Order: sequence, then structure tokens, then C-alpha cells
Amino acid sequence: MDARESSGSASAQKATRDIYLPPERRKISGGDTTHISAKEFSIYYGEFEAVKRVSADILSKYVTAIIGPSGCGKSTFLRSINRMNDLIPSCHTTGALLFDGQDIYGKFTDEVLLRKKVGMVFQKPNPFPKSIFDNIAYGPRLHGVNDKKKLMEIVERSLKKAAIWDEVCDRLDKNALGLSGGQQQRICVARTLAVEPEVLLLDEPTSALDPKATAKIEDLIQELRGSYTIMIVTHNMQQASRVSDSTMFFYEGVLVEHASTAQLFTNPKDPMTEDYITGRFS
Amino acid sequence: MNIGTRKILDRSFTAVGIGSIIVMAIALMIVVLPIITNGIGAVFFTGTVEHRKMLFSEFKRGDSEGLSSEVASSERYRSKVYDMLTGFETELETMAPEKKVEYKAKYAQVRAALQALLGPLPGDSAPMLTRFKYGQTRWEKSEEKLHDLLYESKWDNSNPDVMSKEYFVSRAIGFQGTSLVKLFPYVKDNLEKMLLPEFTVYWGFITDSSVDSHFFGGIWPEIQGTFFLAVGAMLFAFPLGVVAAVYFTEYARPGFLNSMLRSANSTLAGVPSIVFGMFGLAFFINTLKVSESKSVIAGALTLAIMILPTIIRAAEEAILAVPKTYREASLSLGSTKWNTIATVILPAALPGILTGGVISLGRAAGETAPIIFTAAVSVGSAIGLADVFSSPTPALSWNIYNLASEHEAASQIRHVQYGMVLALVSIVLMLNLSAIVLRARISKKLKG
Ligand SMILES: Nc1ncnc2c1ncn2[C@@H]1O[C@H](COP(=O)(O)OP(=O)(O)OP(=O)(O)O)[C@@H](O)[C@H]1O
Ligand SMILES: [Mg+2]
Repeated sequence: MDARESSGSASAQKATRDIYLPPERRKISGGDTTHISAKEFSIYYGEFEAVKRVSADILSKYVTAIIGPSGCGKSTFLRSINRMNDLIPSCHTTGALLFDGQDIYGKFTDEVLLRKKVGMVFQKPNPFPKSIFDNIAYGPRLHGVNDKKKLMEIVERSLKKAAIWDEVCDRLDKNALGLSGGQQQRICVARTLAVEPEVLLLDEPTSALDPKATAKIEDLIQELRGSYTIMIVTHNMQQASRVSDSTMFFYEGVLVEHASTAQLFTNPKDPMTEDYITGRFS
Repeated sequence: MNIGTRKILDRSFTAVGIGSIIVMAIALMIVVLPIITNGIGAVFFTGTVEHRKMLFSEFKRGDSEGLSSEVASSERYRSKVYDMLTGFETELETMAPEKKVEYKAKYAQVRAALQALLGPLPGDSAPMLTRFKYGQTRWEKSEEKLHDLLYESKWDNSNPDVMSKEYFVSRAIGFQGTSLVKLFPYVKDNLEKMLLPEFTVYWGFITDSSVDSHFFGGIWPEIQGTFFLAVGAMLFAFPLGVVAAVYFTEYARPGFLNSMLRSANSTLAGVPSIVFGMFGLAFFINTLKVSESKSVIAGALTLAIMILPTIIRAAEEAILAVPKTYREASLSLGSTKWNTIATVILPAALPGILTGGVISLGRAAGETAPIIFTAAVSVGSAIGLADVFSSPTPALSWNIYNLASEHEAASQIRHVQYGMVLALVSIVLMLNLSAIVLRARISKKLKG
């Protein structure tokens, strides 16, 4: 599949955008191209189809939330975008998942390069058992930055972006595992930002955090909105409606509804979505 | 379960736990205390003038003036002994033939006992073996030798129903009526003046080579040999083992071949060490011909093969214990698999890998069987680093066995054997201690 076909014509794109975004949120420049696009995309664990023939377009620089009951395939879908599922030997896919028009599961796709562009923050904060500085500098070093001054610049910029610079600037050489859970999670965000990705995948980034730390991460997502394409998996409906522009609702591997967050939460088209967001099942 | 029963259960578990620890500690004490007390005797002991003579002529150590004045003062007392001997020899000539034969045999025994105490007597030809060039160098041994001089050992087997018993007869009685009878009380009273015992600290035990197969001197060649063998084995086995563990945990596809390899590895870990010794001889020396005959390199390779399974297993477990989240984090940042292993997995697994390594190092240092046919000799000098490819070496483990069982005068040099045991135990202990410290430091760095 080539790039033109995947991103569709300009008018089709505009249509997608109009569906997904409420007018008051439609103010991001450059936020009108399809960044990630799934076409009849299925993910299997062996014989088991965990994500079923999903088709969806995800717009550049907006925040997309993924909700759905436990085990419905949210993480599986999210992890397929940066090919973290490669770690599971039984996992394979059919259909197409395109990133900038390139098939992520194409034969010639370099998954290492892809992951550089598609960063991920995990449910449980997972800083390396290294100093804060080394944690943030890990990615840049990997990609060839070795100059101490330049690294310092990147570290400072990333920590500031992740809104944790003030809390750690005087102890960059201390082990990151000595920080609180909320701080660790923001370190992980900063670590991902230091690689300068285009996409940020967040898999329940606040489920291990207290409300205060959660609020900080949510603020952070608002900060980053407009600079990165962000996808966030969450079980917290309020969180989804607070931080996202569009929302995808999954149920048993099927993408039931994908619409602008405002619409999905106020006026869901599918009765199943309504049941879920009103808490009739979970 | 009610609270009373629960408490009793808890208490009894505590009691049993403490009890078993105490039993173990006592057992350890029983093993270790004699090693320490006897082993220390190899360095700290009461040495005689003979020891100082030996040091001076064999190792060129000590001050010659002090020594000659000491020798002069001891000779003053010894010359009386020599005079008594010549006196008796003249007396012997004048005796009736049967008496002469009887006394001659007894006299030879006295002379031998005196030689053991004081070294060569006037009129003796120069001895070939160094051990006969000197009298007793250690005071506690001279007291034993004095007993040999004063008493003749006899065996009482008059009663066939019980084991024969040793008993002692004073030699002086046998010489009643001759001039030699004065010799026994004289030696007894003046032994100290003839041997000049003095508290001695002989650090050379650690740094000297041995003289006359461990009769005198130290155990440096053994210490060095042990070090070469153990470190050599590590140099081969550690990198190989870690690489193999990385392969097993990160690259190998699960399947028949993989499970075969793993069970082969586990089996190898349980093979008796003597089998490795035979294998080393057959493979490294006879087939690969890494050296003409026994050599340090052949021994180190054999030990390496022996400890490899342990290292692989420890490294595998350490790698598997690294949280999956580290791997995910690294890969999600655009790291390659190899880079993730090198910069995240291995550093995080390092404490566990090191622990396995040091346990193996201790084992390599202590094993005897694998080096019997491949590297060890009973006596030898310290070899240079360049000789490891061609020369065999003495080593502590082998020489402890050798001194305990095969040495022709094992009972004479127990202190050397104990000294070696202590040295080996200390080396292994030091290795383990440094590993614990290293491990603690790395873990602390990892934990923050
Ligand atoms: N490694 C795996 N092997 C086999 N099946 C898996 C694997 N991981 C997940 N699954 C299955 O795939 C389905 C989707 O799992 P996934 O983790 O994506 O759910 P989720 O929506 O993220 O759930 P949660 O909200 O609990 O995180 C589940 O039925 C799960 O059992
Ligand atoms: Mg999940």
C-alpha cells in the first residue's frame, strides 16, 4: 500500500477531522493529517484474535483515548503501533497498520527506527536502575549523541517538558528508583520525549499513581497536545473526557465506536458505548 | 487456629531455626578452629637456632654476626655432647666383642636421635638431602625428638587378645655403667641452650619457595599456582558462560535442541570432578595438544569446563530475574536487542552473574581432581607468566592432598599442610568476601 492511498484524499481527511473533533478543540495547526491508520487490522495471539479487523484513522498532534472493559484488546492495539508485541512470539497480525503511510508490519520496516518515532510510556513506571541523568540520556546516547553539553541540554529540555525539572534538577546523578511513583512516571515520559518521537503511546499511565500525581500527568498531556500525536489507554472515563480529543471504544477486540470525545461521551451512537460509559457494565 | 497454638507454632519454629544454626556454627568451629590454630603455627612458632641457620644458608636471610655468635654459644653446649660421643666410641673399642655388638646397635639409635635433634654430628659425612643438614628447626618438634632420644619405644604384645600397646623404656638404663649414661640428663637439661628457642614470625612461609619438598621454606609456588589456575579458568569460563547464558535466555528458540542443550548443561554441573580431570587429559593434552604434558593452561581449561555449567546457570537465572519492564523500556526507546542486552539487561543482572562467578572461582581454586592429570606437580618453583603454556605448577589443593597422603615424611611437616589449608581457606574466603562487597555495592547503585 502506498502513502497516497492510506492518507486518503484531502477531502476525506477533512471529513475524518470533522467527525472526530469538536469545534472548540480544532485549533491545532498541522493537526489535519492522518498519522496512524488501521485498515482491517487484526492481532492474534496464536489462534486467538485479540483485536478484530479494526479500521481507524488517528490524526496527527491530537490526543486519542482508548477505552473499553478489561481484556478487550486496548493494550494489544496500542502496543502493536510500536511493535512491542514482537516480544510475544505467538503474536501476529493481518490487515494493515500504517504509520505516515508506511506499513508498520511491512517486510522492510525497521522496528528500531519505528520505535524511535513512536515512544511509549507504560502502566507501571519503569525507569532504569540508573541515575536520573542516565535515564533521560539513554535514548539520545543510543542515537549517537555523546557530547556531554548537548546531552545536558536534551536532559534539561526533556525534564522541563515533562514538568519534573524543578523537582529533580539538583539530584540528576541520583538513582531514578529513589523517586516517588508519580515522579518516576514523569521521568519515564521525559525519557521518551528525549528521543524526540512523533507519537506518544501511554498505556494506563496513571493507574499506579495517586490523584495528585495523576493530575500532573494529565496536565502534562495537555502541555504536549499539539506537539505530539498522543494515544492514551485509560479505564478512567473522566480522564478520557478531560484529556482527549477523540475516543475509541473497544469491546472484545472490536472497535465499536470512534468519535470525538465530546460526542462519544454526550451522544454515543452505539448502545453498547452508552452502556459502558454510563457504567452499566465494565 | 487459635492464637495460643499459633504463638506456640511460631516460637517452636524460631527455636528449631536457632537450634540448627547453633549446631551448624559448632560444626563449623570444630572444622575451622584446628585449621586456624595449626595453620597459624606455620608462620608463628618457636624457632630454634637451626631454623635461623637454615634461613641464612638456604635463603640468605638473617644477620650473619648475630647468627655466628648464636651458633658459637650453642656449640659450647653441644661440644660436651660430641665429647661424650667420642668418649663412648673409644670405650666401645675396649669392650668384649658380644657387648660391643649389643652396644653398637643401641648407640646407632642414640646417634640417629641426636642427629634429628642437633643436625649432623662430627664425623658424619655431608648429608645429601637438605632436611638432614639441620637439626630441629621447631621447638615443639625438638621436644618430641628429645623424647625419642631419652626413651626407646617398645611394643607389648604379650596378651594376644588385646591390641599390642606401645610403652617406653629409658635408654639411659641400657647404657648403665658406661660413660654415655651421663649424656641423657645432659641433653635434657641443656637442650634449650643447644637449640636457643625463640619466638619466630616467618612470613616467608607465604612468600618463599619450598626447600627439599616442603621440609623447609614456604608455599608461594602453591599459592601462585592456585591463583593462576583459578584466574585462568575464570578468564575462559566467565565470558563464555555469560555469552552462553545470553544465548539461552535471549536468542535460543524454544524447541528440542534448546531443551537438550539445557539438560546437558544441568547434567554437566553434576558430573564428578575427577571425570573432568580425565577429560582434560584426554581432550586438552592428548587430542588438542595445548601443551606437551601437564601445564597451567591445560589445568585452567579443564577447570573452566568444570565450572562453566555453574556460571551459565547462575547467569541465566540472573538474566531471567531482570524485570521485563526494563527490556520493554529500552526497546521502546529505539534500542536494538543487542544494545538492550548490553546496556540494560547485563548491568541489572551483574550482581547475580558475579555471585555465580565467584562461587565458581572458589570452586576452581579448591578442586583437586581436575588438575591431578592436567596441571599439578607436588614440588616445583613458582613459574613465570610466560611459562603457563608449557609448565605444570604446584597448587594448594593438590599439595594438601599430597602432603597428607603421599609425602614420605608427612608426619614431620604437618604444620606446612595446615598452613596450606589455612591459605586455601583464606583465599576462598577472601574471594567470597570481596564478591559480597562488590555485589552489595552494585546492588546499592542499582537500587539508588
Ligand atoms: N501474551 C499474550 N498471550 C496470549 N493472549 C494474550 C496475551 N496478552 C494478552 N492476551 C489476551 O488478549 C486479550 C487482550 O488483552 P489486552 O492486554 O490487550 O487487554 P486490555 O484491554 O489491555 O486489558 P486491561 O484493561 O486489563 O489492560 C485478552 O483476552 C488477553 O487475555
Ligand atoms: Mg492493558
